[in-house]
Amino acid sequence: MIRDTLIPLASGTIFGAGLALGGMTDPARVRGFLDLFGAWDPTLAFVMGGAVLVMALAWLVQKRMQRPAFAEGFSLPDRSDITPRLVGGSALFGIGWGIAGLCPGPGFAALAIQPAPAAIFVAAMLAGMLLVRLTERQRGG
Amino acid sequence: MILLATELPGFAGSAPLAGLAGGLLIGLAAALMLLGAGRIAGVSGIAARAVGLASGSLPRSGAWAFIIGLPLGALIVTSLSGAAVPAFAGTVPLVIAGLIVGVGTRLGSGCTSGHGVCGMSRLSQRSLVATATFMATGFATVAAMNAFGIEVLP
Repeated sequence: MIRDTLIPLASGTIFGAGLALGGMTDPARVRGFLDLFGAWDPTLAFVMGGAVLVMALAWLVQKRMQRPAFAEGFSLPDRSDITPRLVGGSALFGIGWGIAGLCPGPGFAALAIQPAPAAIFVAAMLAGMLLVRLTERQRGG
Repeated sequence: MILLATELPGFAGSAPLAGLAGGLLIGLAAALMLLGAGRIAGVSGIAARAVGLASGSLPRSGAWAFIIGLPLGALIVTSLSGAAVPAFAGTVPLVIAGLIVGVGTRLGSGCTSGHGVCGMSRLSQRSLVATATFMATGFATVAAMNAFGIEVLP
């Protein structure tokens, strides 16, 4: 139980700290980055660059590991097919991201910064996820 | 703190060093999840797992622990930095955006963290396509809203 929760708790906490430090929990900063044709704010490119840099190193280490340090085995995505669902879903996500300047991680992190609007965003997001689940169940998926 | 407030020349209001520091922390967090727990730190997937909307190998207790950590970490940073509280969109745009983000991330199997950070750094084809797509529609959405004079932030 402790092993199952301690690593995710530590990871989530460091993740949330990084989101707040990098400006991802400030919708104006996020929308400033997405305002490519206006008063563009490049800050989030540095957030993305820093995160990808560290993770690229982590993937190199991962290749040399038999199993993770605190779990039985790796459980990682292995698909490589480009589907309409992937592209359409990502296109939708970008639209939602642009409207309010929030994506899922900062939505949760912002619960500690601006609780009421963050809770509204998170609740709507979970409702959207539920909608996909219900539609798929109806189709027998 | 002074360094973190440094601007990129020509881009008033930008904070490249704070951004880089935040990015390194996010990378570290995702690396801990990968090398420690053997899993992808994709927030949309973990959130769906936590509330029981997705099956997966991550125990639900672990999914909740990760989600609870997010505001905890943000709280630590904001209480240390004492930064001004940022403005958020009103209820209607937040609900619309939240719904679209929820549907989109489930259909697209990920968001900025899973595809943008974890997948791109692994050169996953799916994540490269997903990230290029949501960046493009994000740019287009803000451009369109600005063109029509739609303002969501005070």
